[in-house]
Amino acid sequence: MRQSAASGRRSPPVRDQATVGASLARIYGLVLRYWYVIRSSWPRAAELVYWPLVQMLMWGFLQSYLAQTSSFAAKAAGLFIGAVLLWDILVRSQLGFAVAFLEEIWSRNLGHLMMSPLRPFELVAALVAVSLIKLLVAMIPVATLAYVFFDFNVLSLGFAFAAFFANLVIMSWSLGLVSTGVVLRWGLGAESFAWLIVFIFLPICCVYYPVATLPYWLQPIALALPPTYVFEGLRAIVLEGAVVGHLMVKAFALNVLYFAAGFAVFAYFLQSARINGTLVQMGE
Amino acid sequence: MQKPVSQSNGALPPPVAVRELTKVYRDVAAVNGITFTLASGAITALLGGNGAGKTTTISMLMGLVVPTSGEARVFGADMARERHKVLHRMNFESPYVDVPMRLTVRQNLEVFARLYGVLDRTARIARIAEEFRLTEMLDRPYGKLSAGQKTRVSLAKALLNEPELLILDEPTASLDPDTADWVRSKLEVYCRGHAATVVLASHNMAEVERLADRVIMLEAGRIIADETPDELINRFGRANLEEVFLAIARRGAEGAEGSP
Repeated sequence: MRQSAASGRRSPPVRDQATVGASLARIYGLVLRYWYVIRSSWPRAAELVYWPLVQMLMWGFLQSYLAQTSSFAAKAAGLFIGAVLLWDILVRSQLGFAVAFLEEIWSRNLGHLMMSPLRPFELVAALVAVSLIKLLVAMIPVATLAYVFFDFNVLSLGFAFAAFFANLVIMSWSLGLVSTGVVLRWGLGAESFAWLIVFIFLPICCVYYPVATLPYWLQPIALALPPTYVFEGLRAIVLEGAVVGHLMVKAFALNVLYFAAGFAVFAYFLQSARINGTLVQMGE
Repeated sequence: MQKPVSQSNGALPPPVAVRELTKVYRDVAAVNGITFTLASGAITALLGGNGAGKTTTISMLMGLVVPTSGEARVFGADMARERHKVLHRMNFESPYVDVPMRLTVRQNLEVFARLYGVLDRTARIARIAEEFRLTEMLDRPYGKLSAGQKTRVSLAKALLNEPELLILDEPTASLDPDTADWVRSKLEVYCRGHAATVVLASHNMAEVERLADRVIMLEAGRIIADETPDELINRFGRANLEEVFLAIARRGAEGAEGSP
């Protein structure tokens, strides 16, 4: 066993903490913690799939009905179901991020995490990874069933789907950062904020209708939000077979700004919680 | 290993050095200008009634609360700004902070071993599980254990990285006397065997008398006594630390009642 030269005391049997490898090991450790939780409870895993499945079925059947009565709906096959699948990517990814963090407060474990060598950006990285895992657990079965029931293959969107997916999950992480920051600062009293924040984007981001439908004054706000470009892009592909690269570039540029702002808000509220002492009162 | 944070003269800094530490919440000073240094290998009890400032002091030592003024240094690192340099050399245990209930004991120890960068995790977990009589329950969910078993798991978690500084917040609260005695014995063995520095917050005076080399007594955020348990007992002319604590607490209460 190694000895500390000055004190004669044994050095702790831990690895060098300052390396990238140590950082990745801590992130992996925390991801493992959330994976164990998902694995330990089948109702939790089922719950991940439940709402996206219900939504997909509802919009799928609605679209089938409209297709029989409307030439537009018949032409726009896949529009609603594609929109609902993409919307659920945003919702499930944000909730996956936020709920993983809430787990720490519900289980009164946050003190242990904050006292451990885990750094704030490593906590964020673990939450990002967990949100992706939960998203895949939820969306792979639902996207498969959308193909089986309604003959809608999300992969038929090709490269655009990868761009849609990336832009939506990055936006969801930005929202997750803000919502967890708020919970860090104000505790479980602000929990509902983490659950609800994403839904304000449902009407403004024009999930099911074009931006032009919005009142004139609301359109600049919609165009300042990355998901708006994703849903506009979906409509452009389905209705016109158009190329959407320029829309995705705009969405990505906005996402970079939103993610940086989200992390700054998270870091600010974390520091604020340390100043106000709320970090040690979490869960109480 | 990371280089230890050293002082300008090259000497290793003390495990804990607190200088003029103050924390004010709105208009209330939870901790009011306290100063103390802990020597390596010492077990120091922080005592005081509810609201005396123990939890806030401990929170600032861990870097979870930022001081309003003054500083709390651990192994030379300012815990308000550079806590990540030393967190792997510390750990803590408190019955008021749980580990995840749904995870098994083994999974919890595995996760924390990774967070602390423990080398040779499997062997370390097996060894500490045996030491804390947890081997039989390694695959049981933490949430299904008794209070005594949970405390043993929390202690195992706290000692996973063989911390040089161990912070204990009422480590035997809500335990039956036999289990509490067993826990104290384990802590004694660990601290003496590893020359670990310990900060112990407790309301159990018998525990403090048995474990602590030194007592820092807080009242309204200030240090009102800082000596060994025996010195404190002698100075107050009492039979034990419990009586000293009661005498100080009642004196404070009478003072408060008599004040305008």
